[in-house]
Amino acid sequence: MSAVEGPDREVEERPFGFWRRSYAMLVKEFIQLRRDRVSFAMIVMIPVMQLLLFGYAINTTPRHLPTAVLLQEDSDLGRSILKALENTSYFQFTHEVHTVAEFDSLLLSGKVLFGVEIPRGFERAVRRGDRPALLVAADATDPVAAGSALGALGTLMQTALQHDLFVGDPPSLPFEIRAHARYNPAASSRLNIVPGLVGTILTMTMLIFTALSVTREIERGTMENLLSMPITPVEVMLGKIVPYVLVGFIQATLIIGIGVLLFGVPVQGSLLLLALLSTLFITTNLSIGYTFSTIVQNQLQAMQLSMMFFLPSILLSGFMFPFAGMPVWAQYIGEGLPLTHYIRIVRAIMLKGAVLENLRYDAIALVALMLLAMTIAVSRFRRTLD
Amino acid sequence: MTAATVAAPDIAIEVTGLSKSFNGREVVHDLSMQVKRGTIYGFLGPNGSGKTTTIRMLCGLLTPDSGTGTCLGFDIRRDADKIKRRVGYMTQRFSLYQDLSVRENLEFVARLYGVRDPRKAARDMIARLGLNGRDEQLAGELSGGWKQRLALGACTLPNPQLLLLDEPTAGVDPKARRDFWNEIHALAAQGLTVLVSTHYMDEAERCHEIAYIAYGHLLAHGTVEQVIAASSLATWTVTGADLNELAADLADKPGVDMVAPFGTSLHVSGRDHAALEATVSSYRDRPGQHWQHGAPSLEDVFIDLMTRARDNFQ
Repeated sequence: MSAVEGPDREVEERPFGFWRRSYAMLVKEFIQLRRDRVSFAMIVMIPVMQLLLFGYAINTTPRHLPTAVLLQEDSDLGRSILKALENTSYFQFTHEVHTVAEFDSLLLSGKVLFGVEIPRGFERAVRRGDRPALLVAADATDPVAAGSALGALGTLMQTALQHDLFVGDPPSLPFEIRAHARYNPAASSRLNIVPGLVGTILTMTMLIFTALSVTREIERGTMENLLSMPITPVEVMLGKIVPYVLVGFIQATLIIGIGVLLFGVPVQGSLLLLALLSTLFITTNLSIGYTFSTIVQNQLQAMQLSMMFFLPSILLSGFMFPFAGMPVWAQYIGEGLPLTHYIRIVRAIMLKGAVLENLRYDAIALVALMLLAMTIAVSRFRRTLD
Repeated sequence: MTAATVAAPDIAIEVTGLSKSFNGREVVHDLSMQVKRGTIYGFLGPNGSGKTTTIRMLCGLLTPDSGTGTCLGFDIRRDADKIKRRVGYMTQRFSLYQDLSVRENLEFVARLYGVRDPRKAARDMIARLGLNGRDEQLAGELSGGWKQRLALGACTLPNPQLLLLDEPTAGVDPKARRDFWNEIHALAAQGLTVLVSTHYMDEAERCHEIAYIAYGHLLAHGTVEQVIAASSLATWTVTGADLNELAADLADKPGVDMVAPFGTSLHVSGRDHAALEATVSSYRDRPGQHWQHGAPSLEDVFIDLMTRARDNFQ
């Protein structure tokens, strides 16, 4: 055994003690930061990802917006009008329908943002000089997406059709464009933002609840005890998710209630359907948070991963910026985010009065994402301490 | 060896050739052991010797890299679920929920094991542990001794056939330690098998059988008497003045394998009895020091085993 130093040994008081101790602390923090690979990666990933998303994906004057055409007659004039509309680069005709019901359903489900109707007898009426009406219906739940295209419609048409058929001086169109901003005629951005906020707030809170759940057990040492008892990964997951479904439901009720009472946002559709699909959305987010929890090593990483998921959710879901305006690759990412689907659902139910039939695709997408997350979580959950 | 090892009904644990490595470091090496039902089996060894890893392999928390074995007749690789239902495992670190009360923790465990009437089971256990009046106290607020009693209560609540206790008395005061051991003996008397790891020699002597493990190798096993006898160690006890100098002086003399201070005395031990005798004879007539030939203590044996293990395996 080495010699024990006597109690009378003088303790040397060296200068710069403050700086020395601060330096010791700083060195320790750097070492710990370097050991935590995930945190280290986030330091680089978060700013790069944000910059790329903001820089490339976001476009507040979106073009090539999905548009449906309701053709009541097949005429040369009709064709050249559609051609002209497409040439403006604001519209892209994705659907051609022949009944008003199909036309309305496409707008309700959010598959198209615009609808152009060429009524029966349109060409003849133009030749007679009757100035018939060309109906352009816009889904104005997102005023930003619809606004610029609608605003530019008149002048753009004039320029585009100049060679074909203008009459008189100054040049004027031989027909009337009747723009109809559906669902949100006053173009109130509040009507757009409040339903979106329901989803955004729920994403944030639900993710964090479950993202910490497994790491907390590991960090507090309770996981070893839990694993030594006869419980299966599915049972652990259900036990951890279900309580928060109730929490999320209360939260959703609160946000929607405030939206309706304070901000005057209507609920055009069925409250029951809204509650049902909101519960689905809540469960999907909880499952994703739980999956994160089974992937990361500690609570800090769980928070960071949630943040990594939350930021693109805000930017690419159509909450802040028009979904249709994003480049295709960004839209693919967006389709993989539950918030994208829920924002469509909640706007459609609250503002447009959509029914489940219109929202089938988004509801199925939410179920699929939930099952995917749960499968990953259960297979990632380690039953041993190996 | 036959393809299926059929464990005799009076054997609780039987493992052969268990090995486990972490990141290329072998923590348990070719470990074989057998524990009879109804016995208290002490598992001794220094820190990091592989005791916790072995216990975790027994209850299915770790998968052995090689080796086979049964626990209560179930294969430790394939039947982890069946083993978990019948085994109570008390972890080294307190691992119940600190933010749940005593009652809530016990009810949680009772529900997980599907105990009929979990509330009553928890109530009964609280009475048995002597925790009456503390049942609504948060587990995190209990003292070390009470935490350990609660943990023991939680792992005995589902009526296991085997208890695996990983250093259950670390950091607990002597009175609580004694109560704890009385409880363990009471449980064993009811037919429960107990495998308990410990650092304390006095606890080792309270076990029916012991095993000593160091650097992942099982070095000795049997009853305390058998282990001491098998060591073939001769020990002299020296009392008197200037023992520190004597210890330093003796350390590298022929026949002396180990010199260890024990309170006011010094234990001098060696395996070569004749050589030790010769060395001792030149010292024993010194004035002021008294030499006495005696049996080695369990601690002498263990320290000797550990020293030799370090030479052999490190």
